[in-house]
Order: sequence, then structure tokens, then C-alpha cells
Amino acid sequence: MAETLAFSLIIGISVGFSAGYLGSLMVLEKMALVGDALSHVALPGIALGILFNLPDPLLGGFAFLFVSAVVIWHLGRVTRLSFETIVGAMFTLALAIGILITPEPDLLEALFGDITKVIWLHAVAAVVISVVAILLTRMIYNKVVLGMISEELATSTGVNIARTNLLYLLLVSLVVAIGIKIVGTLLVGFLVVVPAAAARNLSSNLFRYYVLSSIFGSISSFSGILFADYSKAPAGPLVVLAGIAIFLTTVAIKWASKFKPFGL
Amino acid sequence: MENRNENILEVSNLSVQLANQTILDNISFELKKGATLAIVGPNGAGKTMFFRTLLNLVPYTGKIVWVDKVKIGYVPQRLSASDIPISVEEFLSFKNANNTENSLKSVGLDSKSILNRSLGVLSGGQLQRVLIAWAIIDKPNVLLFDEPTTGVDLDSEEAIYRMLNELKRENEITVLLISHDLHIVRHYSDQVLALNRCVTFFGKSESIMDEKVQRIVYGEPVCLHPQT
Repeated sequence: MAETLAFSLIIGISVGFSAGYLGSLMVLEKMALVGDALSHVALPGIALGILFNLPDPLLGGFAFLFVSAVVIWHLGRVTRLSFETIVGAMFTLALAIGILITPEPDLLEALFGDITKVIWLHAVAAVVISVVAILLTRMIYNKVVLGMISEELATSTGVNIARTNLLYLLLVSLVVAIGIKIVGTLLVGFLVVVPAAAARNLSSNLFRYYVLSSIFGSISSFSGILFADYSKAPAGPLVVLAGIAIFLTTVAIKWASKFKPFGL
Repeated sequence: MENRNENILEVSNLSVQLANQTILDNISFELKKGATLAIVGPNGAGKTMFFRTLLNLVPYTGKIVWVDKVKIGYVPQRLSASDIPISVEEFLSFKNANNTENSLKSVGLDSKSILNRSLGVLSGGQLQRVLIAWAIIDKPNVLLFDEPTTGVDLDSEEAIYRMLNELKRENEITVLLISHDLHIVRHYSDQVLALNRCVTFFGKSESIMDEKVQRIVYGEPVCLHPQT
């Protein structure tokens, strides 16, 4: 039991950290809902994973997320619609199909996650995937930010915005997929949005922003999982509540500093 | 006839079509090294698209030949930095982390007081200077300015152009500048290229104060056809 808790905490800290880091870009890009909606796209994949007896149904979710990221990116280029619009159109369909084909006993776990069944392999996978996602995102972080500031400026310095966006979407899919293990498809959007939003309240430079976002993500997951173990309640909602508590604290700090970004 | 060896840019029969619409039509001109060329024309004339084409950001037909070994610094019309928590130092470091203080000094900004400030809280004049610092940080020999003083008060505008002239003199930079302000065009450029999809006027900057020329530039387009 203590072993399961340790594995859960390792997963929570690593996924919270990487989701906070990647989410910091998503919030700046005004794609906050993309991470949330994208996570629902995993549901039909998880259902197929269950139906086809994959070693872990999450592998089906991974596959669906990756394919969806490429489809969303391609549709964005062809139609010039925002990612948020395209994902918004896709996720309700995915959710509907997912709920229809997911066997009922597994539906709750897919929707809300279940950290009590994790094994060492999940913990190792979460750490490795998080580290890889963070390192790859680090390589494109400045390029993505420059593209947000000015597309022309970024392109004139040799940044390929389309390619950078595709890599970023794939990395978000990766982190969202492992986040599903902790909080489920319905709540995983929280991990990429709320820690970054909280960090934004306290930051006037990028370094502080992404460091705080990553730390807030880790603290939310860590404390939520710990509370869940203590109270025997599901971890997902408690992780979300811990994150919201951090967010509200940062709002109070910002308010106290007379609505100016902290540190200015 | 200008000496071909002194040219830094030769554009011939340049056309851009997007979504079956002609945005730029058969543009030809030559620009001397070290000159300042002002690009004028009504809204929607294709001025910004012309810059995007020079930066190789859009597909085109015709020829753009940068004669010298060229390094281009670009200052865009506007930035979307107000929602992004990024300091001046971080922004400049995206391009060159080793020369931030020198480039800020070149544009008349005190690096100590501005490096840690957020881009989003700078005044219009400060932001434009930071953008120019960004453009010159890796020592370009060509600068493209797309309405560099939009949203800047008159005093700051004059100061920015004076600083630009000094930079130009010190570093032998060729400048291409989009502006709606004919006073600026008259005083801070050597030549004028008027666009209205095609070239409607190309000549010395003094000519822009001539009413006849202004009617040509801002009236119904009458295209100049390049000699072939």
C-alpha cells in the first residue's frame, strides 16, 4: 500500500511538473481549453484499448491523442481556424463516442482516473515521459513565445511556426495522456491550465512564470494524492481542489499588490 | 544609370498572388547600399506584404536579389506582448544573449533600468526602441521598419528617427521604411517608392511634398511599368 502511494506521488510530481511547464505556453497562447478538450479525445482510444485487451488501455488513449494532435494541426493549417475552435468541434464527438463504447465498469476510471492501481512501470514511464517532454519543450519554448509576440518576427529569425506548433501539440498530447492516469479524462485539463494561470498572477518574466507553473502543478498533484490517501477519497478531484486553492491564493496576493503583477 | 556594384537590393518583376488576388504586381527597382528608402501608399496597397516578401515569408514570382552579403533586421508594425510575462532581457536574449546591453545603449535606453522590466508595461516609445535594439542586436546591414513609430508621441517619433539616422551613419546600414508620415519621409529618407499594388512612383524623397506626386501616390493607381 505504501509502495502504491510512493508510485502515485512520483507520478503526480513528475506529471504535475511537466503539465505545469507545457501548460504555461498553452495559457499564453490562449489555448487553455485545448488541453482540456484534447484530453476528452483520449476517451474513445481508452475504450478501444479496453475492448481490444491492450496491456494498458491508456495506450489506446495515447494513440488517439497523437492522431488527433496531427489532425488538429493539419485542419488549422488548411482552414486557418484556431486550434481552440477545431478541438472544440472534435472533443464533443470524441466524448460522445467514448461514453457509448467504453464498458460501464471502466467508464468511471477513464473519466476520473484511478491512482490506486499504479505499478512501478507507470511511475518509471511517467518520469521518463515527463523529462523527455520538458527537454523537448525547452528546445522550442522561446520559439513558441516569439511566435506569439509576432509571427513575422519569429519567421524572420528562421522559426518554422507550423512545425513548432505540431511538436508542441504532440508533447501536450503526451503529457495529457499520462495525466489521465491521475485525474482522468474529465479533469486532466486542469493540470495544464490552473497551475499556469496561478503562476501568471505572480510573474513579470518568463523564467519565474514557467518555474512557478511547474512547481504549482507538482504541489497540486502531490498534496491531492496525499489527501486522497488519507481520506480514501478519489485523487482526481482532490488534486483539482488543491490546485484551485493555490490559484485563489495567487489571486489574493495579486489583489493585495494592488492589481499589479507581483514583483513589478 | 547607377553603378550596379553599389546596389544592395535589386527587385525585378516581383508579383505576389494570394487566394487568386494580386497583392503586388510587377514591381521593379534598385536600391543603393547605405540608402534609406521610404515606402508609401494608401492602406491595403501591399506595403507590409512587400516587406514579408523581402523576408521570404510569402511565395512570389520575379526576382529579389540582395547584392551584398546581407543580414536583415526587422521591426514589425505591432507586437502582441501585453499578455506575456516576458522581460526586455529575456526578449532580446531570444536573438542574442551577449549583446543586450550594447544594443539598448545604441538606442538610447539605460539597460540597468529597463532590462528587468516587462515588455507589456513599456511606453510606446520605449517599446519601439527595444524593437530597434532587437533588430540591430546581431549587427545587420539592412533594416526593415514597418511603421516604426505607430502609437508613439511626436517627440519620441522625432527622437527615434534621429537615433535611426545616427545608427545608419555609424554602421552603414541600408534602411527600408514604411511610413504614412510624409514629413518623416521627406526628412529621413533618400528615396521614395510608392506602392498601390504596383509601383506608382519611384524617385527622390523631396518629390513627395509635390502635390502632383501626392495625387499620384494616394489617388487612382497609375502603374509605372519597368523597362525590360
